[in-house]
Amino acid sequence: MTYSFPEEVLEHVFSFLTSQNDRNAASLVCRTWYEMERWCRKRIFVGNCYAVNPRVLIRRFPEVKAVELKGKPHFADFNLVPEGWGGFVYPWIVEFARVYPWLEEIRLKRMVVTDECLEIVSKAFRNFKVLILSSCEGFSTDGLAAVAANCRNLRVLDLRECEVEELSGHWLSHFPDSFTSLESLNIACLSLEVSFSALERLVSRSPNLKTLRLNRTVPLEKISKLLQRAPQLADFGTGAYSAEIRPDVYSSLQEAFSGCKKLKSLSGFWDVVPAYLPAVFSVCSQLTYLNLSYATTQSPDLIKVISQCHNLQRLVVLDYIEDMGLDTVAVTCKDLRELVVFPSDPFVADANVLLTEEGLVSVSQGCSKLQSVLYFCRQMSNSALISISKNRPNLTCFRLCILEPRAPDYLTFEPLDVGFGSIVENCKELTRLSMSGLLTDRVFEYIGKHAKKLDMLSVAFAGDSDLGLHHVLSGCESLRKLEIRDCPFGDKALLANASKLLTMRSLWMSSCFVSFGACKLLGQKMPGLNVEVIDERENLNLLPENAPVEKVYIYRTVSGQRLDMPDFVRIMGKDKNGVYNLSLCDKGL
Amino acid sequence: MMHLKETELCLGLPGGGCEADTALKVTGKRGYSQTVDLMLNLQTNDQSSSTDLNDNKLQNSTKNNKDPIKPPAKAQVVGWPPVRNYRKNVMAQKSNNEETEKVVAATAGGGSVAAFVKVSMDGAPYLRKVDLKLYESYQQLSDALAKMFSSFTMGDYGSQGMIDFMNESKLMDLLNSSEYVPSYEDKDGDWMLVGDVPWQMFVESCKRLRIMKGSDAIGLAPRAMAKCKNRC
Repeated sequence: MTYSFPEEVLEHVFSFLTSQNDRNAASLVCRTWYEMERWCRKRIFVGNCYAVNPRVLIRRFPEVKAVELKGKPHFADFNLVPEGWGGFVYPWIVEFARVYPWLEEIRLKRMVVTDECLEIVSKAFRNFKVLILSSCEGFSTDGLAAVAANCRNLRVLDLRECEVEELSGHWLSHFPDSFTSLESLNIACLSLEVSFSALERLVSRSPNLKTLRLNRTVPLEKISKLLQRAPQLADFGTGAYSAEIRPDVYSSLQEAFSGCKKLKSLSGFWDVVPAYLPAVFSVCSQLTYLNLSYATTQSPDLIKVISQCHNLQRLVVLDYIEDMGLDTVAVTCKDLRELVVFPSDPFVADANVLLTEEGLVSVSQGCSKLQSVLYFCRQMSNSALISISKNRPNLTCFRLCILEPRAPDYLTFEPLDVGFGSIVENCKELTRLSMSGLLTDRVFEYIGKHAKKLDMLSVAFAGDSDLGLHHVLSGCESLRKLEIRDCPFGDKALLANASKLLTMRSLWMSSCFVSFGACKLLGQKMPGLNVEVIDERENLNLLPENAPVEKVYIYRTVSGQRLDMPDFVRIMGKDKNGVYNLSLCDKGL
Repeated sequence: MMHLKETELCLGLPGGGCEADTALKVTGKRGYSQTVDLMLNLQTNDQSSSTDLNDNKLQNSTKNNKDPIKPPAKAQVVGWPPVRNYRKNVMAQKSNNEETEKVVAATAGGGSVAAFVKVSMDGAPYLRKVDLKLYESYQQLSDALAKMFSSFTMGDYGSQGMIDFMNESKLMDLLNSSEYVPSYEDKDGDWMLVGDVPWQMFVESCKRLRIMKGSDAIGLAPRAMAKCKNRC
């Protein structure tokens, strides 16, 4: 006896499933549900653009409205992935243009986007609404001009830390006068000046504008004009926050800010002149997000602002804040969920500021809702880490960067194994961890034993042997992303845990001891994995099998070999057709 | 299962210290070629650093001076620390920055003594300080001052970076303008126009800086020109 709901009912029920994981689970129940679900899935997330290819995607999901793709591995942010490696979005855009004329949203992270891609996007999708490019590159202001000119219904244009070839600032003027649907504009990463009058007119005719993040070139004196035109703003990023000290400029700025009753997020503040900071005091108590990470001003000035931000949930700041400033955060920002402290002078060995582990301990004590930490500092101790873990067992993301590689506990000179061990043991909900400092295999033993919910782990200059890697791969049940650099991990742990790699999105290892031979073997044995050796040296064929590769990037995939690899990328253990090659006497790569 | 030897701790680069894995020998040149030769000299003189954190903080900044083993400048490891390019570029633009004032460089042992002088600008509510030793030319000083006092741009210094005092009309133009002009108090207590002497001489004789409107600086000009003529 079979019961079946009418399709419409199933579709209606599925419409309440928003998470992709839930939808994936539902589609495994039975064939009917699989078919039903795939026809009504509107939002697609592809965490690794090489895990699947466009054809596979569009064959399964014919009615997509929103796509999110990620390209390069995370370490590309730190120049570890050579130029030209990949992550080209063009083939995807071409397929989408062919099959999804009603596509509305595209979100890309670490992908190469060309002007041609942007032009296609601007013309192929009639109802295109949202374009978010995060850490992308490959396009110029011409591409932006095409988007501005042609996307009649655009709501969001968000360029987050992209590398844009800036030919002119004129692109902004391409938004037609009839264009009024803008809700969010983020051009903070651009360095060329855009026409202020065009910007002002755009803001004036965008009644739904909620987010406006300017770039550095918009002068402080002109900001009040923009704020007056858009008092409904919820998220504002200033330009350079400096001007001649003039009372008239100050008072109009102050007035403009106080008119923004809905403002909750504030950022920008390049080149900050402290005398102008009080102009934002009136909105401080409204703020839930404050980014002062370009405000190169000293602790007292920062404290004056932060001490008024009682409702702050996310704070991004430079280490100029110092321990004293973090004490203020601990006392004032009782709702704080996320703290990010960037280094002001990362390449200088000596401390230029009085920021130590104490500041972080202080915040962990005072801010009971703190979940996420990214902290750059110059010294750390096991006792501080233990305190932090006991204060904040609710941490979900803990990223600590001690600037000097392999720096030990500065009090005892011991490794920081016990400290990080305490973090993973006490913070049972931890999903993301980045470690630094002097670490032996022992810390990996702790991680393998306790970090059961860990999803992403970043490791650098740590460990003693393959045992370290083995602990992590065999113990961390939820691990999906592992990135390792400059650690003495080699073939043994990798090959022993080959099947684990199929349960993960990706593994990155650079400057480790993984050999060519092992990569080839892994690629041969595991057809579901692409084992990419990224190595820019010449004459790789002359190196022995046991020579270590420069970099290896391993990821699960259903799409077989990539077709867009540069010559320094080799997929190991598979022949040209993507079929694995069992010939062990084949020395070719 | 754990090889205790492998977990033996040594403060130093893997392969350099206690146990050397054979794999390391094969790759010895390669594996860590990118990393800095770290001299973890913490075991040398840091017995003196007490567990009192306050002491440590103070010692931090003067450590440089007492410790002869410490490497002078850090060679950069690729991609470390993990700071993204955009942020690196933005911070790098704050070169010759006022933040160096925080470092207690004035107590430096070997190496050049810093030359901090107060800088005031007419109309600015606060004074600043610059270390003249950080710059090598008037242009660099000009750039740094421009960053501190955003409305300040120095006049044209010409190719040699010195105001052409022999050209009276040029000088008068500058002094009649509403542009700001830097002046300095020299060792004799006289207030001079910046740019009249070679850079090194200026660094040695400058006691404080004052950035004033060109029109206010007119009174300095004749004295400046007289002094210059005496020297030439």
